[in-house]
Amino acid sequence: MSIEDYLKDLTEIKDMMHKSSRFFSLSGLSGILAGIYALIGAAVGYYIVSTHTRDYVMISEEAFRYIIIDLALVATASIVTGLWLSYRKARKNNESLWNSSARRLAEALLVPLITGGIFIIIKIYQQHYGLTGALMLIFYGLALVNASKYTIGNVKYLGYIEIVLGLVCAIVPTFGFVFWSIGFGVMHIIYGSLIYIKHDR
Amino acid sequence: MKNILGNINKAFDHRIRLGIMSVLVVNEHADFKTLKELLGVTDGNLASHAKALEKEAYIKVEKSFIGRKPNTKYSATKEGRLAFEKHVAAIEKLLRT
Repeated sequence: MSIEDYLKDLTEIKDMMHKSSRFFSLSGLSGILAGIYALIGAAVGYYIVSTHTRDYVMISEEAFRYIIIDLALVATASIVTGLWLSYRKARKNNESLWNSSARRLAEALLVPLITGGIFIIIKIYQQHYGLTGALMLIFYGLALVNASKYTIGNVKYLGYIEIVLGLVCAIVPTFGFVFWSIGFGVMHIIYGSLIYIKHDR
Repeated sequence: MKNILGNINKAFDHRIRLGIMSVLVVNEHADFKTLKELLGVTDGNLASHAKALEKEAYIKVEKSFIGRKPNTKYSATKEGRLAFEKHVAAIEKLLRT
């Protein structure tokens, strides 16, 4: 074997290690769309609260129910879009969507996310909902940092940004709405675009 | 020079065997279908190269059933990991000289 052959071997080894341990079908476009859904959802939420008699909402009121429905719609639309576009990307690359790296990614993502979700629901039922926006950002950020080693696109940094936004949001909870829109709306659009430019085209 | 070449492992002297080992040292295990997809090889090709590595005791093969479908799971043995590390180190050394 010549030197070139050995060089090729090394490249091949690195390539295989990388390819086999990361989820590559993450779709940038779905990130952009999730950001847009979040901004629309935020606008709807803002409308619900601002047409309300007071500028805060109690858990027993109808407006609160609308906000929960609004949030659930944003989350569902984002997840469905993400799965659908990732499935398309996987098919295009001739890979299956549900492989072992996808399983690892899902587990790393879901453990902090579901823990956070349950925690937030518990706090809401105890009438502590002032920090809901901050908690959503923090747990989402932790989930991203945790999952980043199993996927592409330096998702880790998006995670750090979400955590910082969440912490700042906890200091000034009156602007929770603004931070939530930046974290889930603007940041998703920026990061989705970066992944799209770098990996999707 | 002779010493370095001595560490280059003949068992890994093939693209597919190299690929199988690369995947198995960074993953706890991989099944037949995953390996096939990653390496882009045919069933027979993968099976024969996996067999060769199994004979050297570099990888372990576990056959089981998921429902009615047979499932073959591969993992690297301790010796396999060690041998592969040595092999990669030897290549790197060779390229530096």
